[in-house]
Amino acid sequence: MNFVYERFLGGKSGAIAIGVLALLILVVLPLALDLFRLNLVGKYLTYAFAAVSLVLLWGYGGILSLGQGIFFGLGGYAMAMFLKLEASDPESTSIQTTPGIPDFMDWNQLTELPWFWIPFESFTFTLIAILLVPSIFAFIIGYSMFKRRVGGVYFAIITQVIAVILTVLIVGQQGFTGGINGITDLRTLNGWDIRADSSKYILYFINAILLLGVIMVSKFILTSKLGQLLLAMKDKEDRVRFSGYDVSNFKIFVFCVSAVIAAIGGAMFTLQVGFMSPSFVGIVPSIEMVIFAAVGGRMSLVGVVYGTLLVNYGKTAFSETFPELWLFLMGGLFIAVVMFFPNGLAGIYNKYAPKVKFLKPLFDKPVQSEKKSATKIESEATTEGAK
Amino acid sequence: MTTTTDFLLAIEDLTVSFDGFKAVDTLTMYIDKNELRVVIGPNGAGKTTLLDLICGKTKSSSGSINFKNKEMTKMAEHEIVRAGIGRKFQTPSIYENLTVYQNLEVSYPEGRGVFGSLFFKTTEQVIKRVNEVAKEIQLENFLETEAAILSHGQKQWLEIGMLLMQDPELLMLDEPVAGMSAKERDETAELLNRICQNRSVIVIEHDMEFVKKIARKVTVLHQGKILAEGTMDNVQADEKVIEVYLGH
Repeated sequence: MNFVYERFLGGKSGAIAIGVLALLILVVLPLALDLFRLNLVGKYLTYAFAAVSLVLLWGYGGILSLGQGIFFGLGGYAMAMFLKLEASDPESTSIQTTPGIPDFMDWNQLTELPWFWIPFESFTFTLIAILLVPSIFAFIIGYSMFKRRVGGVYFAIITQVIAVILTVLIVGQQGFTGGINGITDLRTLNGWDIRADSSKYILYFINAILLLGVIMVSKFILTSKLGQLLLAMKDKEDRVRFSGYDVSNFKIFVFCVSAVIAAIGGAMFTLQVGFMSPSFVGIVPSIEMVIFAAVGGRMSLVGVVYGTLLVNYGKTAFSETFPELWLFLMGGLFIAVVMFFPNGLAGIYNKYAPKVKFLKPLFDKPVQSEKKSATKIESEATTEGAK
Repeated sequence: MTTTTDFLLAIEDLTVSFDGFKAVDTLTMYIDKNELRVVIGPNGAGKTTLLDLICGKTKSSSGSINFKNKEMTKMAEHEIVRAGIGRKFQTPSIYENLTVYQNLEVSYPEGRGVFGSLFFKTTEQVIKRVNEVAKEIQLENFLETEAAILSHGQKQWLEIGMLLMQDPELLMLDEPVAGMSAKERDETAELLNRICQNRSVIVIEHDMEFVKKIARKVTVLHQGKILAEGTMDNVQADEKVIEVYLGH
């Protein structure tokens, strides 16, 4: 029990942070919002998976990926392919030239289901694919980059390029992918109507619980020695390498984990929103995910969820009135956060909340012992200097 | 290519060239078990490159590095470390965001694989080792201190401590007292004399006063080659050495 408390929740302050978030997304929001708004929050929370994945990869690992949309998209498309096949039974597609295949294939003169679509008739296969396809893809990218010690800005650019390539591929291969419109008109999951009001509630809660689960698993990773090694690598990669660690393996691992997390978000997105399209794969969504993480605080698993909710709320509210100004505002927000609040909302909270009296007991321990030793060093340093 | 030797480290005909410039040129050198060797030489003599070659940071063009009768030149950096060679960098290379305790713990030679580290548990043994090493490097009162706020000298000691955690058979130190105060230099000399008891140590150093305190055998490098080798007194009396180095 103590192990779970320390490692999956992260001690007192971590447990409280996760508890408050759980209360908000499992109780407060469902009670306070109507179904339309709640469904919108559910959609935002799927982006939060990608933001959480960036805490591991970017915040701790120091590896900036501008292509998390790739994995969000792979997860989303895998789920969409399954749902689309279920929606394309011969009866409801009887007016097509070839009944029983998805409508967009028929429009593109395909007469049979492409081979790579066939396994997606199985729900079990689809679930495995949602987890496995992104991690294999991330492994291939990660292996070829990190073993050659490609990192930093080069890695960011390459992930961005891959996001573009994937978008172009999806748009270009209309017959196989549904093209620019994506895969739409999804109805049921194993006969269960995902568009019904009750289903929307259930999906919202599944999504919220999965998100909390992913946060706790991430916490477990970050509180392990591996988490410390990630921080160490971010700081002095060579020192880690010359302490006997194969640095690239750790980077590949965290990249794969982040890919899987983003993919779960993508799959939940498809279920809740009812379609998947290339506009959630490319550069813009990928960079938006980075902004969510930056605003929430890239070192905080819980903070980025608030960051995601806040930015998306702003986007919805603002773009209703000034749609063309939103992108500029978001760019400005990103620059402002990076310049003035490098640790985002979580950083502001950690800095000011301990000073508020009634919030003080929420924190683990006052950092007094450290301060003491710090002053000790300073005084020693000055005496050294005096000599 | 390799022959069996009694030496801990046998470097033979080692050469590395960067676009034709030979930073280390057909260098042959042997280090005994439990030996403390100091390598000196003017700037650009190839001292740091020599350490880079031994620890695998730079790949040699030709020649062999034989550690415990095992060829090192083809091995990856982390494999060389695991074989028992530890290296300290010239500027203190520590993890600024971690505490002294965490810096040492992360360097403990267990849980070195991805999944090993994920399920690594801090045992009594690890804590004991961290405390022993912290005491050795005089940082036992700073275990909870973030490494970033340590003084320069303390950072250098911390990095030495991180290497001691791995208990390497060969320890290589690149200018360990650069930037230290006189008192810290003395303490570092004592530290080195203590830790070389049951391991071999190679030290690169510029500071002659410090070298005199620790050196038993000195190797003088010049333009990638060995100019002289012997006790400090012999080397200092050598005319070639005076000409290229000590005389300046």
